[in-house]
Amino acid sequence: MTDLSYLKDDFPVLDDGVHFLDSGASSQKPIPVLEAMDNFARTSYANVHRGAYKLSVASTDAYEAARRRVAEFIGSSTDDEVVFTRGATTALNTVAFGWGLENLGEDDIILSTEMEHHANLVPWQMVAKRTGATLDHIPVTEDHRLDMDAYAEKLVPRVKVVAVTGMSNVLGTMPDIPTIAEMAHAVGARVVVDAAQLVPHAPVDVQELGADFVAFSSHKMLGPTGIGVLWGRMDALEETEPFEGGGEMISEVSLHDATWAPIPHRFEAGTPPIIEAVGLHAAIDYLDSIGMEKIFQHDQELTAIALERLGDVPGVTIQGPNDLDRRGGVVSMTMDGIHAHDLATILDEQNVAVRAGHHCAKPLMKCLGVAATARASFYVYNEEADIDALVAGLRRAGELFGVN
Amino acid sequence: MALEELYREVILDHYRNPRNKGQLDTPDATAQGVNPLCGDEISIEIRYDGDVVSDVAVVGQGCSISQSSASMMTEAIKGKTKAEIEDLVDKFRTMMSLDESDDTGLDPERPGSVLGDLEALQGVRQYPVRIKCASLGWNTLMEALESS
Repeated sequence: MTDLSYLKDDFPVLDDGVHFLDSGASSQKPIPVLEAMDNFARTSYANVHRGAYKLSVASTDAYEAARRRVAEFIGSSTDDEVVFTRGATTALNTVAFGWGLENLGEDDIILSTEMEHHANLVPWQMVAKRTGATLDHIPVTEDHRLDMDAYAEKLVPRVKVVAVTGMSNVLGTMPDIPTIAEMAHAVGARVVVDAAQLVPHAPVDVQELGADFVAFSSHKMLGPTGIGVLWGRMDALEETEPFEGGGEMISEVSLHDATWAPIPHRFEAGTPPIIEAVGLHAAIDYLDSIGMEKIFQHDQELTAIALERLGDVPGVTIQGPNDLDRRGGVVSMTMDGIHAHDLATILDEQNVAVRAGHHCAKPLMKCLGVAATARASFYVYNEEADIDALVAGLRRAGELFGVN
Repeated sequence: MALEELYREVILDHYRNPRNKGQLDTPDATAQGVNPLCGDEISIEIRYDGDVVSDVAVVGQGCSISQSSASMMTEAIKGKTKAEIEDLVDKFRTMMSLDESDDTGLDPERPGSVLGDLEALQGVRQYPVRIKCASLGWNTLMEALESS
């Protein structure tokens, strides 16, 4: 078992003994991240990119250093391909509206999947309505994976964009993005990956991934809320119009017209999340000091234990792949005769924090034939004891509801 | 508070065996309620005889609190006039009030004397995030009453 228990003291919020199993929704923040933001705000903060004074220069340097750090972390060939956004949702909306409205028409097909989070589904619905493009979906197989045969069938030349998750926030399934991207590119389609769950939990190299756009959020990877990343291949970003106008993103402005600043700044209208960028930088340093391979390994070991132990609890069904092949540390479950909300309330009484509901993936819930699931998701600060507590809590729920 | 206080047997019984479940042939009023945050759903159909609710049917899916509350509600409103039902809704909402200093409106000396079985739901007050579950059926009921 990969031992990361030495990290636990870095997360003060866990001091009261909570079994925090909701990192898929948002992760906790380690002291080095909190300190980095605090130190920066105390010593170096000012608005970026427009001050001729030393503080602004220092702040700009820190902000751009964060961009370089992100680029290095995900293997971007240039810093300019890293756009800071408010989060993965804004990143995906930037692609849908900035790229989609410009490049899609009535004859085109947007191909998404049945396992998407609403963030990689609803923006495409909106763009489909505005452009007249058709929205289609790759189905999920019985064993909760993306149906690659159906994908091959649906991938006709009219498909102009494939919008797919890197790791399902409900099932833990990790679609084979390199293969999906290669197939999509063969018909000339762009590939947009919602990597909100993937980047925090597995080593990601955007060159190996092969997608054109990759979106993720800082707050799910030990960083602060309010900042996320849109990585775009330069030729794809060049096809993208700014989705928001304002300060920072312009080159020339007259009363009736404006020209855009260079990429990536044209996609960063307004004052960006500067302190948050410093926090994300620190979070990446923290993750790298552990090692992303090790983090993925640790998640998988916990997942293996969870799948085994949960299988022994009467009435529990796992909603997701039952093996570790291409699977992350997200374990969704239902329990016969007990609704997920009741499970979450009962688990909370045992100090076990899980998420219950549709996880912003209502079409997937329909696919699974369930109204809601309870979801445990793991991260660096979790350990076997958290799963013991989860299992004990589920058994307690079974007793209360008389389903044992 | 012990979980047993929240999940009382009467609540679990209504959850497992919801009363007045289904649809009416010729309803006089209908309403659908959804809690978009958690996905719980309730659909209510009502039939009147004059001013009296002579029949009511509910279809829904969701947690034990939302579904048992709706089930108990159907038993409580059947045969009552609109005015009587509005009074009942007021009493229920008082019992569910978030402010703990508020009077629950219940008589601790005589359990069940004000709201019958529904008083079993008073434990929900200790779990503020679940109050919306208990209220879903009642809010939907009010919509149905106001639509007719």
